[in-house]
Amino acid sequence: METIIQLFNLDKKYGAVHAVNNLSFSIQKGNVYGILGPNGSGKSTTLGMLLNVVNPTSGTFNWFDGQTSTHEALKKVGAIIERPNFYPYMSAAQNLELVCKIKGITTDKINEKLELVNLLERRNDKFRTYSLGMKQRLAIASALLNDPEILILDEPTNGLDPKGIQEIRNIIKFISQQGTTILLASHLLDEVEKVCSHVVVLQKGQKLYEGRTDLMTQSHGLVELKTEGDIEKLTSLLLKFEGIEKIEKENEMVLAYLNLDINTGQLNQYLFENGFVISHLKMSKPTLEQRFLVLTE
Amino acid sequence: MWRLLLIELHKIKHHRGSKFLIISYFFLLTSLALIASIKFDIGPVKFHLADQGIFNFPYIWHLNTYLASILKIFLMLVIVSMMSNEYSNNTLKQNLIDGLSKKEFVLSKFYTVILFGFISTIFVALTTLILGLVYSDYTEWAIITTDLDYLISYFIKLVAFFSFGLFLGVLVKRSAFAIGALFLWFIVESIFIGLMRWNWKIENYDHYTQFLPLNAMSNLIKEPFTRFNAVKSVAQQIGETIQKDFSVQFTDIMIVTIWTTIFVYGTYYILEKRDL
Repeated sequence: METIIQLFNLDKKYGAVHAVNNLSFSIQKGNVYGILGPNGSGKSTTLGMLLNVVNPTSGTFNWFDGQTSTHEALKKVGAIIERPNFYPYMSAAQNLELVCKIKGITTDKINEKLELVNLLERRNDKFRTYSLGMKQRLAIASALLNDPEILILDEPTNGLDPKGIQEIRNIIKFISQQGTTILLASHLLDEVEKVCSHVVVLQKGQKLYEGRTDLMTQSHGLVELKTEGDIEKLTSLLLKFEGIEKIEKENEMVLAYLNLDINTGQLNQYLFENGFVISHLKMSKPTLEQRFLVLTE
Repeated sequence: MWRLLLIELHKIKHHRGSKFLIISYFFLLTSLALIASIKFDIGPVKFHLADQGIFNFPYIWHLNTYLASILKIFLMLVIVSMMSNEYSNNTLKQNLIDGLSKKEFVLSKFYTVILFGFISTIFVALTTLILGLVYSDYTEWAIITTDLDYLISYFIKLVAFFSFGLFLGVLVKRSAFAIGALFLWFIVESIFIGLMRWNWKIENYDHYTQFLPLNAMSNLIKEPFTRFNAVKSVAQQIGETIQKDFSVQFTDIMIVTIWTTIFVYGTYYILEKRDL
């Protein structure tokens, strides 16, 4: 499999703040990756380093197996960071012409890409007259001009209204279906869960998890229980049952996390035999959000 | 090189303010020739500047390059704003992400500076040549081609001044403040020279002050007016020697070229160090 980006012990310090801490991972062609993490976890700094705008404190990274310099590699990349940056006094088409000149490609795909993001009719309007949603769509058109090997998106739906978010998501989905490799940084978990096949979870600049999204959410699940009886006693009973890893209390509910597949009927029988009557018993699979909260605890 | 130049010209071409300033600048450069038409005709006093001999070759090369270089502040505004706008619009970041290296970014600006300097020089050369051919008392080829080194000085002076603008634009990031910084630098330099000359009474102060950037740039083409008077008075009272050397000095060219290098590399250094 072709490697697009590889990070080796990448590290960035802003004064006392350790924004990215000894980070290593790699991006393979054809997958859709999500970088997941709360605000300030180092997602944007990591992308900034890969995109040549932030200098790493230490560590290195490679584009395309290190065969080209970073700025040459970036000509084959499409990237959108935080908010769209264009020349406000130029029209959409003029801005895209400039991007073509920088990337060293012909200008004949401008209309095609503007049409993809539904901006063809506004192509001759100045960028400064655009709404945020339109600006973000123009940024996507710009990133796609060179039919990139990889599309990098940093919080692409940040600050947009629901309609704008929907439009951007549809575009991303469409692009990923074309087989383009995507790297998506976001703190919106359902966004990542819906689109990404792989995730890297960051917190305080450190990698907590790297792997397939479905493996991350795949676990033996948990059991929700409710009882009128003594909760302390229930807890100690549950911990003796084989397959239960740990117990958490959430309001009236007791949550039992599993490390083996169990049968809820057997569990119910076990508790009943020990003199406990359960008023609520439900098996559930954790969402990405729950897994994420467990990981970043 | 052409790719980088075209990138920068694309940015300027669509900017209305820059276009206005550039057109005004070249209009003013051309209208230097209009000085020739200054005529006072008040009763018995008849004064026609063109008849005073100021358009004589080779003196006119000196006069015109000096006057033309005053106008360079117009292009300075364009250059400072084209640099600092890249920061305020965050387009510098976008350019780098799109695949321009920091070195290419600086070079595209510097090539534009050279282009501006070159076109200005051609403009001044043509205007001067035409003006001289019309009004000069001497139009022999050998005299016309004397003192052409003022044109070289003019070119070097513009490139240095504009490079200073690039440097300030990157350093300060805001065009208004960058222009302010330029003025501040000019004042600081003037005060320093004044202090050396009048307060500390350093005898050959200009030996040291010639290394200051703005002073070095102004030394490239010295003011031509006392020379004109001197030329006249020499004709009247023989024995008076001209104190000042008005010709282009090689050391001045060297000093200014070194400053240009410092400014361009300084710009690159700041960009390289900074996180965006």
